[in-house]
Amino acid sequence: MDRIDAHPTHLFQEYKLRPGKPYPFGATLVPGGINFSVFSRNAGYCSLLLYRKGEREPYAVIPFRGLFMKVCGNEPDWVDFRIGNVFTMTILDIDHEEIEYGFRMDNPALQHSEYGKPGFFRFDPGKTLMDPYAKGIGGRDEWGREPDWTDPYWHRSRIIFDDFDWEGDRPPEIPMEDLVIYEAHVRGFTRHASSGVKDFWAGTFTGMREKIPYLKELGINCIELMPIYEFDEFEHSKRDEATGKYVKMNYWGYSTVGFFAPKAGFAATGSTGDSSMVADELKTLIKELHRNGIEVMLDVVFNHTAEGNEFGPTISYRGIDNPTYYMLTSEGYYYNFSGTGNTLNCNNPIVRTMVLDALRFWASEYHIDGFRFDLGSILSRDAFGAPMANPPLLETLAFDPVLGKCKLIAEAWDAGGLYQVGSFPAYGRWAEWNGKCRDTIRRFLKGDSGMAGAMSQVIQGSPNLYAGRGPTASINFVTCHDGFTLYDMVAYNGKHNEANLENNQDGANDNNSWNCGWEGESTDPTVNALRRRQIRNAMTMLMVSQGVPMILQGDEVGSTKYGNNNTYCHDNELNWFDWSLTEKNSELLRFFRLIIAFRHAHPILRHRHHLRNRDWKNTGYADITWHGTEAWHADWNGNVLAFLLNGQYVEEGHDPDDFIYVAMNMHWDALPFEVPMLPPEYRWRMAVNTGMDAPEDIFAPGEEPLLEDQQQVLAGGRSVCILVGRKN
Amino acid sequence: MSLESSLEMAANGVAKITLSGKLDAGTAPEFQQLIEQAIENKAKRLALLLGGLTFMASAGLRMLVFAKQRLGSEVDIYVIEAQEQVVETINMTGLNYSVIMLDSYDAAAVETV
Repeated sequence: MDRIDAHPTHLFQEYKLRPGKPYPFGATLVPGGINFSVFSRNAGYCSLLLYRKGEREPYAVIPFRGLFMKVCGNEPDWVDFRIGNVFTMTILDIDHEEIEYGFRMDNPALQHSEYGKPGFFRFDPGKTLMDPYAKGIGGRDEWGREPDWTDPYWHRSRIIFDDFDWEGDRPPEIPMEDLVIYEAHVRGFTRHASSGVKDFWAGTFTGMREKIPYLKELGINCIELMPIYEFDEFEHSKRDEATGKYVKMNYWGYSTVGFFAPKAGFAATGSTGDSSMVADELKTLIKELHRNGIEVMLDVVFNHTAEGNEFGPTISYRGIDNPTYYMLTSEGYYYNFSGTGNTLNCNNPIVRTMVLDALRFWASEYHIDGFRFDLGSILSRDAFGAPMANPPLLETLAFDPVLGKCKLIAEAWDAGGLYQVGSFPAYGRWAEWNGKCRDTIRRFLKGDSGMAGAMSQVIQGSPNLYAGRGPTASINFVTCHDGFTLYDMVAYNGKHNEANLENNQDGANDNNSWNCGWEGESTDPTVNALRRRQIRNAMTMLMVSQGVPMILQGDEVGSTKYGNNNTYCHDNELNWFDWSLTEKNSELLRFFRLIIAFRHAHPILRHRHHLRNRDWKNTGYADITWHGTEAWHADWNGNVLAFLLNGQYVEEGHDPDDFIYVAMNMHWDALPFEVPMLPPEYRWRMAVNTGMDAPEDIFAPGEEPLLEDQQQVLAGGRSVCILVGRKN
Repeated sequence: MSLESSLEMAANGVAKITLSGKLDAGTAPEFQQLIEQAIENKAKRLALLLGGLTFMASAGLRMLVFAKQRLGSEVDIYVIEAQEQVVETINMTGLNYSVIMLDSYDAAAVETV
């Protein structure tokens, strides 16, 4: 049966139109045609522009309001295709595959603002505006292909097929406490020539799919992808005039162009110009990751857009409704809590809806398992930048039904001075990147005195910050994309960002790193042995702590950026994963695999609730106890610490675990640790000893050798030992 | 550019569809009709002879998914002699897991059900 709304009511030139449906926003395929819907509170008029893919000028400009011909009766009719503040119409009998579209908006009654000057309204009838809800975006189809800078419409909305054969895929819903997160950059993962991935696929979603067996073997079960929304790699780019090559590009991508479209330049299918295939390619990657037991989290950037401030380009939002989308001062300047030029007005009711729509879209259409919010504290500010106790956006996201099983993680600070680690408005749902964990582990690792107390908090999943929430509120990490790699953290005292061409002024100064005696690359075997040990120490401490561990792509093979701690702009070997290191540093890779396997094998390390430091089940041992070189006596002022976990205290759903004893000796010299006595029939086995060379540095679960001396273990200088106490 | 298509049903239920030209949103309905005919004729196997197909876009991919879903999981779909662009497209969008790709026509494999 034919639907009524598959037939036009009006004609404009040769275009067949009818009133549209405001929901969903954006462009949607409907029977017989395409429905367009865009919101603007302040636009006086709006037109839809249609382009043939790649052409400079539109072939059709269709106003949402005007004098059209009625189909029935063939007479002129004044039409206003609008409901409230939403311009919406359906166009019939047009082929969506070959077109790109945009909007033109203006309100002559409002004062126009000049480029470079403050102002509230930035309507410009000379500009074509990208649809904020575009599900496919053209213009940067192939990474790094020089665009036509004179093209008046850079980032172009496209319409996609949203059907996909998921073959029964569902989000794995792995419990938060069981996650081991791997922070990865799509392009960086397989772009290097050594990846072995076909050239056409290198640096793409398909390339990443080829490497799923590697990820599975590593043992991670969650991959957190750095921004995969459409962004402009040419933003703030810089070309070397002599060679013609780009020495700076927007490589990391923390600058969103469109919130609903995957970056075409990250897709091997991008160069086809077919945005449906880009979407398919990403969905295929997610389907395969899920099939292999790996969840997918997206790093999402809702704190600002790529439009910058009054000197930035008009892509979409500012030309559609500037005061709605952005936080503006009373004079009309852009508030800059993101440090990048503008700040998205997240708690405005309209923008809030857009953020919610975007997240629901990724969760439902792409089966995404969780989101990490860049500069998350911005999401707690009101329209004037003031922090709110009860930010509507964060509350909405925490309680939304579609997002109900998604992990929500906040980078709980911003660039405007707000620091909310431990106090981010959580509604019992939000987890946080625990920067204090990072700082504590780094300082303890390099032997700072007085860190034992802080370390004991980290090991327990930071109850000092997250009491009542549980350890899973804490995303524990030692490294992430911001800052040194793990290798550089033990090879450099200070940052070396000269290649960023900012006089080494950019990047963090408080790295809490120690170079083990020499700055940079060294041939000294003692220095290198210490570095190898320190890397293993850091990873061991991370993996035995309650909370959710996250590691950085490349750390497992000892990647170096030669001391650059802010490589946001380098599309080259500095950032690309060098697969030859999997051979060269195979012993380190083996250590990572086995320490991750250790964590998976021991549920006592993965509590949902904080440990109580008491024997409340009356087993003879408290759930966790603290020790030093002397059993049962910790030295809270020194730089050694040991703890004992009682395997009887596993949470519901798990069989009783082993006893686990961890001795962390951050003193420069070897120390004997008196080991706590086990119940009768239990004996100590050596699982990890970072003071030994491979393969004695770590043993696979079940293969740990018996400890010769059941009463003490000698921990070498700056090393960590793990003993497991098992019955037999 | 257009699509040339034909269907040949063998007695043992092997349906051979030959496609040449371009498979896009405009021409996909022709392919869909042939698939539906094959289903009506109770095809037990689908062999797609794509030696002459120069281009497949997302609409074409959807036809492959449509065929797989309508024919059911017991019916194998062979993609034979596909050109490079088509092979790449199938691989990048993950459809290589759902079809059997052959570089050349292997009568023994394709025709014995």
